[in-house]
Amino acid sequence: MRQISAKQITDTVRRLCIEANCILGNDLRERIAAACKEEPWSQAQQILEKIIENYKLAEERQMPICQDTGMACVFLKLGQDVHVDGDINEAIHEGVRQGYAQGYLRKSVVRDPLDRVNTGDNTPAMIYIELVPGDQIEITVAPKGFGSENMSQIKMLRPSDGVEGVKDFVVRVVEEAGPNPCPPIVVGVGIGGTFDKAAYMAKKALLRDVDTPNSNPYYQQLERELLERINALGIGPQGFGGKTTALAVNIEACPTHIAGLPVAVNINCHVTRHKTEVI
Amino acid sequence: MAEIKLTMPLTREAARSLKAGDSCLISGVIYTARDAAHKRLCDLLKEGKDLPLDLKDTVIYFVGPTPARPGEPIGSAGPTTSYRMDAYSPLLIQQGQTGMIGKGKRGSEVVDAMKQYGAVYFGAIGGCGALLSNCIKKSEIVAYEDLGAEAIRRLEVVDFPVIVVIDSEGNNLYETGKAAYLETL
Repeated sequence: MRQISAKQITDTVRRLCIEANCILGNDLRERIAAACKEEPWSQAQQILEKIIENYKLAEERQMPICQDTGMACVFLKLGQDVHVDGDINEAIHEGVRQGYAQGYLRKSVVRDPLDRVNTGDNTPAMIYIELVPGDQIEITVAPKGFGSENMSQIKMLRPSDGVEGVKDFVVRVVEEAGPNPCPPIVVGVGIGGTFDKAAYMAKKALLRDVDTPNSNPYYQQLERELLERINALGIGPQGFGGKTTALAVNIEACPTHIAGLPVAVNINCHVTRHKTEVI
Repeated sequence: MAEIKLTMPLTREAARSLKAGDSCLISGVIYTARDAAHKRLCDLLKEGKDLPLDLKDTVIYFVGPTPARPGEPIGSAGPTTSYRMDAYSPLLIQQGQTGMIGKGKRGSEVVDAMKQYGAVYFGAIGGCGALLSNCIKKSEIVAYEDLGAEAIRRLEVVDFPVIVVIDSEGNNLYETGKAAYLETL
């Protein structure tokens, strides 16, 4: 049994909240730069240039890339041989509280969906803890903005709808979202499981770097095909027309019921943020 | 494309002269408001009470900025998605508002009000909050401080870049831009 202090979890979460919001991942930077080079529509290319200028400036000035610094989604892979001396959930919330205060990040959480009073410190975090073998904790902080979250959808397809039904649904969700989620977007797709599991997988898919395809060749091919279809829609950066509507499609799949084919689409903007650290 | 320099306030006449697709640089005073502030303004109007700001010829920027670091006027400050203000914008346009800055689609009730009274919907680049904050020279809260990021702020901007997305005749760059690009394929 390895001892890890609650304070160490708090410190890590605090740091990851700030880094994730101010420094865009290299995978996305490279993908955006490549898209900018390949974009044939001049206005679209100009917008991509501004997007590049923006994330560079954000890093240089230690400023959030986007003002919607999101709900703090925190994913833990908790080694089962770890003992934490304190309340893990509270340690995470405290890390978010400190990170959003010290990093000058926006507090965007309301305490109740209907009475809508801001909690003032961006807590609670959305926490997902997965038990894994080992004596380490892997912590990922993924701040999620709601311009794109609001454009996400889930559908319980029939098994007879098959892969064509899945493709049509994913493309339709992106088409309906149009300019709203700040394209170019990253599309997270969860296929299978239950209603809730499909949504969870779609969100987890957004944690995977855009240069890392699904390890299963079938889903890798599906990711490529969907990206191509989405980028044929013509929505383009910010929705003003162009080729670059999506930067990547990431799919996660898992076993499901004989009667079901759940599909969830979680959309993220060009500021798809996630930072991971192992302690 | 040449950029049109716009100095605030924006008259009805000036708003009507702008066309979808125009690139503009805004200078002068604009106001911020998003969901919660819009609701409060409309509630006041429905109760027949005075507003905390004069809407005549004003442009409202849909933004909830991040907190300013010491010595800086404002934090990251890009546009939020506009359709959430669709329930409120027609009433404010009727009261004299001539421009909105946001991103994303608008409902037909907003476009109808824009056509009737003469108002324009600008798009700023979503997700570019750090870059856009460079154009904001001064920021002060004028109402609803309790709303935090959602308070109404008076901003002084210089050459703030926007594109006319929907003009006062209802022309829509989201439709025409996409169609024009697809025609080239």
